[in-house]
Amino acid sequence: MAVIEETVRPHHTLWGDAFIRLGRNKLAVAGGIIIVLVALGAIFVPLFSHYGYAKQNLDAILQGPSWSHLFGTDELGRDVFTRLFYGARTSLVVGLFAQFIVVAIGVPIGAISAYAGGRTDNIIMRFVDVMFAFPDILLIILVRAILGGSIYMIFLAIGLVAWVNMARLVRGQILSLKQRDFATAARAMGASGRYIVLRHLLPNSLGPIIVVVTFGIPRAIFAEAALSYIGIGIPPPAPSWGTMIRDGYGVIFAAPHLVLFPAIAVGILMLAFTFLGDGLRDALDPRLRH
Amino acid sequence: MLKYTIRRFLWIIIVLFVVAFITFSLMHLVPGGPWDREKALAPQVVENLNIKYGLDKPFFEQFGNYLWGLLHGDLGSSYTYQDRSVTDIILQGLPKTATLGGVAFLLSLLIGIPLGMAAALRRNSIVDYISVFLSTIFASIPGFVLGILLIILFSVTLHLLPTGGWGSPKQIILPAIALAALPAAYIARITRASMLDVMRQDYIRTARAKGLQERVVLIRHTLRNALIPVITVAGPELAFLISGSFIIENLFSIPGIGRLFVQGVFNRDYGLIMGSILFYAFVVAMVNLAVDLLYGVIDPRIRYE
Repeated sequence: MAVIEETVRPHHTLWGDAFIRLGRNKLAVAGGIIIVLVALGAIFVPLFSHYGYAKQNLDAILQGPSWSHLFGTDELGRDVFTRLFYGARTSLVVGLFAQFIVVAIGVPIGAISAYAGGRTDNIIMRFVDVMFAFPDILLIILVRAILGGSIYMIFLAIGLVAWVNMARLVRGQILSLKQRDFATAARAMGASGRYIVLRHLLPNSLGPIIVVVTFGIPRAIFAEAALSYIGIGIPPPAPSWGTMIRDGYGVIFAAPHLVLFPAIAVGILMLAFTFLGDGLRDALDPRLRH
Repeated sequence: MLKYTIRRFLWIIIVLFVVAFITFSLMHLVPGGPWDREKALAPQVVENLNIKYGLDKPFFEQFGNYLWGLLHGDLGSSYTYQDRSVTDIILQGLPKTATLGGVAFLLSLLIGIPLGMAAALRRNSIVDYISVFLSTIFASIPGFVLGILLIILFSVTLHLLPTGGWGSPKQIILPAIALAALPAAYIARITRASMLDVMRQDYIRTARAKGLQERVVLIRHTLRNALIPVITVAGPELAFLISGSFIIENLFSIPGIGRLFVQGVFNRDYGLIMGSILFYAFVVAMVNLAVDLLYGVIDPRIRYE
């Protein structure tokens, strides 16, 4: 007689499922690995390179790649390999902190807009429309000119311009979640609107927020590289990939590697974040959930 | 339809007014005036310059004068190029930027649409995989990086094409490719998804069932419907390309609007900065309006009220 074994349906959580789906997406995993490697390289670069980002060696300028200088040296004899990883610090820090500001501005404004509704919502959304009419990189440059100097101001300039996407997304999420049964149930039990937004609606919007942040990081990285390239980014001698491209461009015929390596670095890091973002979006989309 | 167009047009005017106001206020916050030079100018000179450009007047009067000028097509005066107005300068850069943008736009359509179609028609074949792979890569690499790689390959290594400049057709090839790659990738993606969607529809089966030639089904029934979402993407891309990818223009030393803008930033030429931003916002708004109106022509089901 066949024995029917008692099986327990394995417990699935949204985040657990999402993680498993993300793991099946090879491009997303590759993107994640690249990001981790670049981040580790950026953090531990002083341990594996004794050159330092500002150390000049005028006896060895504009050298091509060799064993002592893996990616060659620049016009002041600085080691390009080392500077690339210090530059990665700049890129990653700008990418992450600019998104921090985007979240800090965009999420509350989106939530308030959706929660308040009516005239407040209308005014905020019209303002968001106006912000979309601005050419974003030109506005970043203008804000940068106003804020001046330090690297913190670059986060701020990018964040002040890029929050509108986030606000729009959060508002849309909350408006649609507000209609769901769990929100109605919470309201029926006497929860205040504010409590429902903070406790139920925002946590349920976390997935899309993470996706927008992941896609925002490469854009911020690009914005910083572009600012530094045109000469109003990170002040020297701190290395930024944009600055390295700008400095190397003058000697591109003599030493193309000075421009080649930082350009490839910008491309690869942006690609890695985009792949990860694509994977996260697919993994967190509840419509695909089995 | 007319009512809709008028309402949209009024909204554009309001948006441009707010954009002008925000930009104008921001520029008054910039530390350091337009007359800051390596060598300080005499106070009397600065005062005279301020009077000449109306900078001694109260904020709102300055803004009012600026708006009045805008209504007459005058984007204000440049603080660096004293012999030319901002309108002159932008009109001077516009042909270069628009030519480059136009070429890049055509290129992105000519690459993107066939690539997306081929991928959809040969779904899950090697053609599809290559198309999806290429569009994934190029959708996330900025034109700036691609431009550098192109310069290193074609100018520095192969000596085939110039690194930049403006004037000969040869000089437009590399920047146009660098600019076109990203929109081409987007367009290919959208075309593929939209084609796949349309191909599943009943009316396509009906068209085949009544014995229409495959070519007619493909062009008249599938493609026409599949291109609607493509227009949504292509419109803003066109606006972006025409109004100038400032970083590509800088990389390839093309004296278009984007390059002028960057020079304006360095010279603290607020008049020029403001004019460029307004001009850009205007072009984007108009193109978006045109795209929305075009929908109604392509898809008669869409009606505006």
